[in-house]
Amino acid sequence: MELELIINIMYATLKTGTPLILIALGEMVCEKSGVLNLGQEGMLLVGAVTGFIVAAVTDNYFFAVFCAIFAGMLMSLLFGYLSITLAANQVATGLALTIFGAGLSAFLGANYVGIGLEGISTIHIPFLSDLPVIGKVLFQHDPLVYLTLVLFAVIYWVFKATRVGLKIRAVGENPEAANAIGINVHQVRFMAVLFGGAMTGLAGAYLSLVYTPMWSDGMSAGRGWIALALVVFASWKAERILLGAYLFGFASIMHLVLQGTRFEVPPNIMAMLPYVATIIVLVWLSSDAVKTKMSAPKSIGQPYRPMI
Amino acid sequence: MLKLEKRQSDSRVMGYLSPLIALIATLICGAMLFAFLGHDPLEALYTFFLAPLQDTYGWTELGVKVGPLLLCAMGLTLCYRAKIWNIGAEGQFLMGALGGSWMALQFLGAESRWVLVPILLAGTISGMLWGGLAAWLKTRFNANEILTTIMLNYIALNALLWAVHGPLKDPAGFNFPESAMFADAAILPLFSEDYRLNVSILFALFFMVVIWTLMARSWIGYQIQVMGEDAKAAQYAGFNGKALTWFALLTCGALAGFAGVAEVTGPIGQLVPQLSPGYGYAAIIVVFLGRMQPVGILLASMLLALTFMGGEMIQIEMSLPKSLTGLFQGMLLFFLLAADLLISYRIVIKKSAVAQA
Repeated sequence: MELELIINIMYATLKTGTPLILIALGEMVCEKSGVLNLGQEGMLLVGAVTGFIVAAVTDNYFFAVFCAIFAGMLMSLLFGYLSITLAANQVATGLALTIFGAGLSAFLGANYVGIGLEGISTIHIPFLSDLPVIGKVLFQHDPLVYLTLVLFAVIYWVFKATRVGLKIRAVGENPEAANAIGINVHQVRFMAVLFGGAMTGLAGAYLSLVYTPMWSDGMSAGRGWIALALVVFASWKAERILLGAYLFGFASIMHLVLQGTRFEVPPNIMAMLPYVATIIVLVWLSSDAVKTKMSAPKSIGQPYRPMI
Repeated sequence: MLKLEKRQSDSRVMGYLSPLIALIATLICGAMLFAFLGHDPLEALYTFFLAPLQDTYGWTELGVKVGPLLLCAMGLTLCYRAKIWNIGAEGQFLMGALGGSWMALQFLGAESRWVLVPILLAGTISGMLWGGLAAWLKTRFNANEILTTIMLNYIALNALLWAVHGPLKDPAGFNFPESAMFADAAILPLFSEDYRLNVSILFALFFMVVIWTLMARSWIGYQIQVMGEDAKAAQYAGFNGKALTWFALLTCGALAGFAGVAEVTGPIGQLVPQLSPGYGYAAIIVVFLGRMQPVGILLASMLLALTFMGGEMIQIEMSLPKSLTGLFQGMLLFFLLAADLLISYRIVIKKSAVAQA
């Protein structure tokens, strides 16, 4: 395999992994607070279509990304109201959010199918981007790739070393005890869900403004669901999400890898890979079910009803 | 101030009223949406929900769409009653269509109606195998069925795309991603030449009765019920949870697979990439809206079938996007979930604490 191809593969892996990192980190924060939000796919689509429409109308990408984040938060607000405030079943509410988001995004984007945008351009970090090999792989990306890494570092630090992280974990492990020491369980959970919505909205913008700057129905292609599996795979640890997302990113661009070899595989068969990989991961996790259970937040999926 | 207060026991009446509340709320939101888009809300709602059923043709088209929804929904009911969250009806439907089409393409010169037997069987078995795969992953590896069935849906979709672009593509089809048209003998008989409704609706109604009898009257149905309500109790009673999981997912796969093959040997007549407008996903809404009861599911299938027709109608008549269908379906499910809270809670009007003092 020639060097050029290897560079392209590494470059594409970073790009493909980015939306997965954003969604999975957001979902991880949610789950650590005890809320399982299965509506990622719906929020992702709404974020993607919002970002695209705003960019197409205003031509202001910064504003478009902002709106996508806001749209993701609005969707998660809906989820939070039902599942936290009204204590509805989290699994059913999440599924409903996904179905609703798919419908809403298809409706909003109906007049924008087939339009192409320039997309957010890459930035060449001075001096560093001129380095051989590493320059292209690491220092010629769009701003969102770097923002994602910054967000990763912040989340890592929050759970490693701050009171906020401790609060979120307390609520997710034992809401009764957290309540007893004066933490407002519903408030913390709502914040976590909103944060998850913002992250997924941002991931949506990444898909429709950077990864493939266009809109088509269901363009997220199951990434929201893959990210959910990724959180379990990473046993709720930010650094493992980063690693796992890049691994999945790599699995999704295997067609690039095969270019260098003599294998000819139909594109639709290659497109199955990330989904097959997800199933394999789920199967592999079951071999260590006890460990998965140990690392999962204790109150995950359980609505909290304060005693009055 | 309005407050939610826990009921002493769940309200049965609310259980049945809640789908109606959801429908009314959806219609109100729909009306507001149409008004916002600058259309007369009443005219738009009429176009969406009533105009498609103006004539006999409309009602037969409703039947064409009720068939697959009903089949998938009955299969899903079996799973959901056992608390197996199978989201995979869509993939099982597609695999049924794919397997059935493969068989149909082996009989392009057929003249006997009997070719329908192997074709329908091939489709049903393909769907069943796809459901079985989910059962295997769940029983053998304890993998979460929500995630596995969704992944299997995406894999099935890509398998279908691969087939119509590759091995099953019509060699004489100008490179369009479609299979050859099936032989006339391999097409399900119609009731009348004027309409697209075929005998598969009878199969759907028949299977509805069968599944219902199974659930309400049989030993295995009872076991599924117990397993869904209390998995521990089922275990103590010595029920084989794994066997029940296999049974539910295989049956659901078979029904959805049959729906898939009935679609390609019915209104479509060949294998195409856009086989399903999302029947497998809409069927999830049907199950919840229909309260997992046969009559409810039949009515809910009709309502969801109508949303598919309404989307097409409103696109033709008022040039609004067809995707309103998905939006209405999503709203229905969301409002249903919210209204369902009234089953175990009641709304009470409370004066604020200050006023009381």
